[in-house]
Amino acid sequence: MTPDEILKGLYDKTLVGNGPAVLELTRTGLDTGMAPETMLFDALIPSLEEVGARFERGDFFVPEMLIAGKAMSGALEILRPLLAETGAHTVGTFLMGTVKGDVHDIGKNLVNIMLEGAGFHVIDLGVQVAPEKFVAAIGEHKPDIVGFSAFLTTTMPMFKANINALRKAGLRDSVVVMVGGAPVTQEYADAVGADGYAPDASATVKRAKEFMSQRRALATA
Amino acid sequence: MTASSTTSRSPADGVRPQAPDPQAPDPRGAESRTAVIACGALAQHVSEITARRGWPVDVHPLPPLLHNHPERIAPEVETLARELSKRYATIAVGYADCGSYGTLDEVCRRLGIRRLAGSHCYDLFAGAERIRRLHKAEPGTYLLTDFLVRSFRRTILAELGLDRHPELREDYFRHYRRAVWLAQRPTPELRREAQAAADALGLPLRTVEVGDENLERELAQLIHP
Repeated sequence: MTPDEILKGLYDKTLVGNGPAVLELTRTGLDTGMAPETMLFDALIPSLEEVGARFERGDFFVPEMLIAGKAMSGALEILRPLLAETGAHTVGTFLMGTVKGDVHDIGKNLVNIMLEGAGFHVIDLGVQVAPEKFVAAIGEHKPDIVGFSAFLTTTMPMFKANINALRKAGLRDSVVVMVGGAPVTQEYADAVGADGYAPDASATVKRAKEFMSQRRALATA
Repeated sequence: MTASSTTSRSPADGVRPQAPDPQAPDPRGAESRTAVIACGALAQHVSEITARRGWPVDVHPLPPLLHNHPERIAPEVETLARELSKRYATIAVGYADCGSYGTLDEVCRRLGIRRLAGSHCYDLFAGAERIRRLHKAEPGTYLLTDFLVRSFRRTILAELGLDRHPELREDYFRHYRRAVWLAQRPTPELRREAQAAADALGLPLRTVEVGDENLERELAQLIHP
């Protein structure tokens, strides 16, 4: 296969969520000497961005997003250590979790895949994450950004509880707080004192990159 | 006077309510009746209750699968309400918030109409406090209603893509610990279907018989405030 055929295959097979084919093409690409960054940035990420665009247009639904995300995730399992070896730049560290009392994680997991694809180091604490667990993980991993996810109006108030816990632990100013989930709005994010909100996975990546630029600018000022 | 909507059963999709045509002339004097724009998942119950109570109500159902695209509920309700307002003096909305996160309330405010109370149809059947207790006892609770049990293959398996991608079951349900069926009419056949649905999700089933009395109270508040 030519490099172009491999990249086109990766793009097309990720788009339709054909996990085994994406794995096979990733291995073929590596065997033929293709750089992991090339496969990631020239095929896998553009494909997942197209999946996101089709979702926004209503052409794709959650199942299609999930299978495409899983296909890309499989490729990332192979590429991640190689990207680390080649010194590929990490955009930043993103700590993620679904708030206490909430077990919904499909949106969160899609965001994780998109963030990883965009070069973030993602640490996922899972679901039903209590404020003290977020505090401990921030102390341990020192992320640039922490993301709180909630799917229920009844669990959204945990955003405020988490932010209060960060403040009490003296960590609030050390980390950017982003919030998201189906019922969440910019107004609600502002009301609870979050730094950022994004309505979907693509927008989350964009907003997270903006925050990283701001942090780098502040660090070098 | 009796309620007028009829319903029919389809093996493929459970209950499919048949709406009066909003364009058609109404021989029963629609101007003196109330049009209830109801979620397809509630329409059959609303029709039965209003018929039982003798309320002068016509039920106009919207497709229940809008629940999987809740951002479309408010615009669909608004379009139908504007159409029905040409013929009915009174219009009410047989939806809870249903994942519209306030946009349905905005439509209701704009049109001067009211909706059923609550966040979801689960609140309407079991009461919000009971639902809160169920989730507090086990956050990983997956709720079913008679409608969802009856239409499980279409509204859950197909809509979540599990018929085409059964490997996604873990992605959707790995954090759930139980299915709770809020049973309106737990017939032996429906019990079997509920058990089959829970089995398909890989969850133990608990049945809570709630009937439709709570919905009847909420409907009474909506139609005769």
